Amino acid sequence: MSGVAIVGAAECDLGVTDRSILGLQTQAVTRALADAGLTLADVDGIATTGVSRFSASQLADYLGVVPRWTDSTFAGGSAYEMFVARAAQAIEAGQCEVVVISFASNQRSAKSRRLGGVHEPWVPEAQFEEPYDPLYPLSYYAMAARAYLHRYGGTREQLAEVAIAAREWALLNPKAFRYGKGSLSVEDVVGSPMISSPLAAADCCLVTDGGGAVVLTSAERARDLRQKPVHVLGYGERTTNTSFTAVDDLTVPGAAASGADAFARAGITPADVDVLEVYDSFTITAALSVEALGFCGEGEVLDLIADGAIRPGGSLPLNTNGGGLSYCHPGQYGVLLLVEAVRQLRGECGDRQVDGAEIAVAHGTGGILSTHATVVLGADR
Amino acid sequence: MSTDWVPGDVPPADEVTADFWDATREHRLTVQTCACGHRQHPPRALCTSCGATEALSQAASPGRGVVDAYTVVHRAPRPDLAVPYVVARVRLDEGVLLLSRLEGRHDPEAWSIGDAVGVAWADLPDGRALPFFLPTDPTEESR
Repeated sequence: MSGVAIVGAAECDLGVTDRSILGLQTQAVTRALADAGLTLADVDGIATTGVSRFSASQLADYLGVVPRWTDSTFAGGSAYEMFVARAAQAIEAGQCEVVVISFASNQRSAKSRRLGGVHEPWVPEAQFEEPYDPLYPLSYYAMAARAYLHRYGGTREQLAEVAIAAREWALLNPKAFRYGKGSLSVEDVVGSPMISSPLAAADCCLVTDGGGAVVLTSAERARDLRQKPVHVLGYGERTTNTSFTAVDDLTVPGAAASGADAFARAGITPADVDVLEVYDSFTITAALSVEALGFCGEGEVLDLIADGAIRPGGSLPLNTNGGGLSYCHPGQYGVLLLVEAVRQLRGECGDRQVDGAEIAVAHGTGGILSTHATVVLGADR
Repeated sequence: MSTDWVPGDVPPADEVTADFWDATREHRLTVQTCACGHRQHPPRALCTSCGATEALSQAASPGRGVVDAYTVVHRAPRPDLAVPYVVARVRLDEGVLLLSRLEGRHDPEAWSIGDAVGVAWADLPDGRALPFFLPTDPTEESR
C-alpha cells in the first residue's frame, strides 16, 4: 500500500453541454477540490491530457497555478490510471503535496470525433495501415473480437451481455446518458447497425461530452480532510503497441501484465475485489480486460458473464455507473473509472451501491489496446 | 483478378521505407530481414530483435499467407470509399503480420480466420502500388 489517498472526486457536466473544454475542466477541478475540502491554493501538482499540445501547462496557466509537478503523458483512456501511479510516487517522494488529475471533452457538442485518419503522416502507420482505411480504433477491437470468438467458439450474442449489463447499471444512475432509456435485449445489440464486424453500433461506447477529476494527497494529510480517504493500494501498467500488427495474439491484451503488477503491489488477488471499473470502449474491450485481469481463466469470460454476474446484484459488479457504453464516454473515459471507484468505496452510490465495497479496481485502456493501466483502491478502515 | 478499390493518399516513403516502396513499383513484395535472421514489418531503422542498424535489407517475399483476423467495415471513414470492405491482418508464410485488404469474394463475411491468401496489387497514381490479398484457392471464387 502506498502512503497516498484519493481525497476528492467529481464529474463535470456530462452528455451534451455546449461548453468549452477548459470550461468543463474548471468544473471538474473545482468540484473535486470542493469535495475534498481543498482549494486551488492547495494544489501543487496537475496531471491532464486532451487540452492542447501542452495540456498540463495549459490547464495550470488557465487555473492560475504554478505547479511543482505536472504530467501530460498521452496514453488515451488509460492515462488517468497511469497518473495515479505517478502522482502517488511524486507525493511519496516529496516533490508535491496535492495533485489534481482531470480530463474533460466537449466532443459531442463540438462534433469533433472522426472515424479514421488519426496518424501523423511521418509515422509508419500512415504509410502501412491508414491506406487500408481501418476505422480507428474500432476496426482493431473488431479484429480482436473476431479472433476471440473464433478461438473459443463464442458468439456475438454472448458478447452482447457486456452492453446489456452496462445498461442495467445505467438505469440505476441518474447521471447516465441512457438513464431512463430502458433495458437492452440481445436482439437490440446484435440487431443494431453493423459498423466493423463483428462489432455493431450497440457494441460501441457513447460519444458524449464529459469528464471529471480526482484529488490525491498523502494519507497523513488526508486524515484531516472532509472525506473518508480512499487509499491507493497498488498500480501497474503495460504499453504494447501503436500499430495494428505489433501484437501477435489479439486475444491477450496488456491488461494481463498490468493487472498482475497492480495486484502484486497491493498484495491482493482478483478474488478480493468487490467492485470492478473497466474501460468499455467496446463490449470486447471490457470482456478481454476482465479475462486478462484474472477474474476468470483463458477463454472463459463469456461463460463468466452469461449468468448475470456483472449485472446489479451479481457476483462481479462491473462498471457500476453504466460505463462508457451507457453512462458517459467523452473520448478518454479513464478518469471516470476512478471517480466511480472512489464513490463506491465511500458508499455514496445510492441505488447502484455495492454493499460493503472495500476494494475497487479501475482499469484503463487506451488507443487500440495499446496502453493498459490498473489501479487498486481500498476503503478507509 | 482486379479490384474496383481506389486507395486513398499514401504518404511519401522516407529513407527507411524507400526500398519497400520502390519494389512495389514492380509489384514485388518484400519483408525487412536482418542478418540475425529476424524479420519485421513495417521496415524500421533498427532490428527489434538484435538492435543492429546496419544489417537490414528488404528480402523478396512470395506474398503467400493466411488471414490472421479480419473485419468488414460498413461505415466509410472518408468520402468516395465504397462499403462494405474487408480489412485484415495477414500473416505471411515468413511469419510477419501485415495490415491489408481482402478482395475477391462476393460475400465479404464469407472469409474465415486461417484462409489462405496471396498478394495482389493496387496501383497508385505516383507509380507505387499497395499490396492487398486474394483467396489462393480458385474454387472459392463463387463465395
